[in-house]
Amino acid sequence: MSNFYNEMYQHDGAVRPHYREYANWLKNIPNHHLESRRAEADTLFRRLGITFAVYGEEEGTERLIPFDIVPRILPAKEWADLAAGLRQRVKALNAFLTDIYHDQNILKAGIIPPEYVLTNNQYRPEMQGIDVPNNIYTHIAGIDIVRAGEGEFYVLEDNARVPSGVSYMLEDRKVMMRLFPELFNRYAVAPVEHYPDLLLDTLRSVAPQGVNSPTVVLLTPGAHNSAYFEHAFLAQQMGIELVEGRDLVVRDGFVFMRTTQGLRRVDVIYRRLDDDFLDPLVFRPDSMLGVPGLLSAYRAGKVTLTNAVGTGVADDKSIYPFVPDMIQFYLGEKPLLNNVPTYQLRKPDDLAYVLAHLEELVVKEVHGSGGYGMLIGPASTKEQLEMFRKKILANPSNYIAQPTLALSNCPTLVDSGIAPRHLDLRPFVLTGSEIRFVPGGLTRVALQKDSLVVNSSQGGGTKDTWILEGESVC
Amino acid sequence: MLSRTADHLYWMARFIERAENTARMLDVNYRMTLLPQNDQQIQQIWRSTLLINGLHDTFSQRYDRVTPENVLKFMVFDKNNSASVYDCWRLARENAHAVRGSITSEMWETINTIWLELREQSFGKQDISEYLEWVKYRSHLVRGVTLGTMPQDEGFRFVRLGGFLERADNTARILDVKYHILLPDAKDVGGAADYYQWGALLRSLSGFEAYRHVYRDLITPIRVAELLMLKADMPRSLHYCMDQVYEGIQQLGSHHTWETERRAGELHAQLHFGSIDDIFQSIGLHEYLTLFLKKINALASRISNDFLLPSTTSSFVLE
Repeated sequence: MSNFYNEMYQHDGAVRPHYREYANWLKNIPNHHLESRRAEADTLFRRLGITFAVYGEEEGTERLIPFDIVPRILPAKEWADLAAGLRQRVKALNAFLTDIYHDQNILKAGIIPPEYVLTNNQYRPEMQGIDVPNNIYTHIAGIDIVRAGEGEFYVLEDNARVPSGVSYMLEDRKVMMRLFPELFNRYAVAPVEHYPDLLLDTLRSVAPQGVNSPTVVLLTPGAHNSAYFEHAFLAQQMGIELVEGRDLVVRDGFVFMRTTQGLRRVDVIYRRLDDDFLDPLVFRPDSMLGVPGLLSAYRAGKVTLTNAVGTGVADDKSIYPFVPDMIQFYLGEKPLLNNVPTYQLRKPDDLAYVLAHLEELVVKEVHGSGGYGMLIGPASTKEQLEMFRKKILANPSNYIAQPTLALSNCPTLVDSGIAPRHLDLRPFVLTGSEIRFVPGGLTRVALQKDSLVVNSSQGGGTKDTWILEGESVC
Repeated sequence: MLSRTADHLYWMARFIERAENTARMLDVNYRMTLLPQNDQQIQQIWRSTLLINGLHDTFSQRYDRVTPENVLKFMVFDKNNSASVYDCWRLARENAHAVRGSITSEMWETINTIWLELREQSFGKQDISEYLEWVKYRSHLVRGVTLGTMPQDEGFRFVRLGGFLERADNTARILDVKYHILLPDAKDVGGAADYYQWGALLRSLSGFEAYRHVYRDLITPIRVAELLMLKADMPRSLHYCMDQVYEGIQQLGSHHTWETERRAGELHAQLHFGSIDDIFQSIGLHEYLTLFLKKINALASRISNDFLLPSTTSSFVLE
């Protein structure tokens, strides 16, 4: 056995208790049957048009995110621990954002060097002193979690801006129930289908003061965006309008949408558009995707944006190392979830260490995402290492480095049969008048043998995630 | 509903209808060329297809000769021809994609599946008649799924409005050009050429049986025109289409859109109370149809301005 933690098998090769039922079922299923179910899944996804666009390829290229039919199962107890940690972490992130955009106590206390925040290009001075409903900034957070061992979870990344992927969590479950209904008789899998209801409730709960029956819309960059399927899907599930920037107009300080019956006021905008594109009068003037005047209506409290403007400063990789300190500082609690030890290359000592150990480490751009612009030392050639070394030396503060984690793996159906592949987990945490989430998340799986990169833009796939209810199996 | 959503639904329906009518028109050409006639006549028939759509120049930039094969390639499979069946479906699917949350999942899945199948097709892969028939039936399928699953709400009305406006336009164009070609020497009237050629036209617009049923007589050009223009119960006639368009605008409109409603009503009334003899004697069929097309286009742009892409200045605020 390898030294990676396998979600299904113990080190001695025995099946873990919560996978036992599944393993028994799998034993009796002929291989060609699994293959045909997988083909069926592909057809379903393609017909439903559950695709995403890949940047850098020919325009209009749409791909399916590969779906794996072997579920990722987590026992109730493990999930309960994770859930408590997630709740704590998101609470601290919101407290941090409130603080940063008001009194900046955490900077005054010397816990985070002020320049880390104030010169960060994700920090938005426009938000300084602005109050947002309930002091909530990141209403929808996707926290990326990996496992390295028994009960040993690490937060890899906090996605506090516009996290995506929740539609795959929901569609994966739907397809799984269609393909393998018999498995759902054997397992008490916690339902996730009510996510859109929770989301709508969350969005409504942060409407501007005095609005009793708020109109909520979802703002998308448009049909060519890589996550457009998800935008359309969520809007439809919540029964709200899916709008583009050109559908909205600011008049007399309020935001309206253009309807066939005239202008209708909008109170809450669930925006799936980065800060930079929201309002050409304030941010990028060349943005055709946003709404001129939106930010002034927002700052005046006439409309709520979710997530708030300026949340990027909380999930930036240069701030990430301080999240455990935030939890201590704002909540007075010990962090329940681990951070991955992180070297900040802006520090000379860290830089020297990283340059000497490049082949062992993972190096990431501070503002990067989606698996773009990163180096995985152990998987790189000499040339790649050298090239990256030059990039780092040209601008050290643009990078952080982390030890290569021994990501857990899980049996996955690949061309050669069922084989272990590495995976992570992104639960979605909703914060409005309270913190809520559905038990589960998006499990992403690296389909290449030994690959540690699970991002769909890098060829990763997804699995249905089963949180078991109660103590039924284990 | 969002103006943009209405716009996408309206254009989705228009492009699906247009793809169908292009297939119908190519089908009638194909049938006609199976009749005994000389090369020049065959050329003229295929050239007419290009004239209907105002595509003659675009065509001759890319193809050296008007042959059945070239015109079929151009009008069905050519990705660079914005009027080809291929491109109509691409645009229909793109519009549907943009509002996939506002149509039923059955509609979306049907349209997306058709598009995926269509992308696999190419010239010569299968019998062309069969292919054109397939295109026509895909249109029937979408219409059926729409009727069977979509709530009869505002969105549904925009789908219908787009479809019937496009059909009125297409029927008028087909009739105009065919009439121009087919209008025979006076001495041929009532001859065998009429039967086959006008018969083919009627068949392409699903009107052959209706003609027999209504007139129980020889096929004559003037009656064919009457059937396709003035008969209220013939689903592809101008009159029927305008019935639907007028009704749709009445349902969708408000006092802000009165002028649009008035114009639709006027156009409808002319067909409702018109007589084919008057049309032929006082103004002439070609002139009448040219004017009709002009009015239909003016109406379409009024619909755009009123409902689909209103400028901010003309918009009014809902209480």
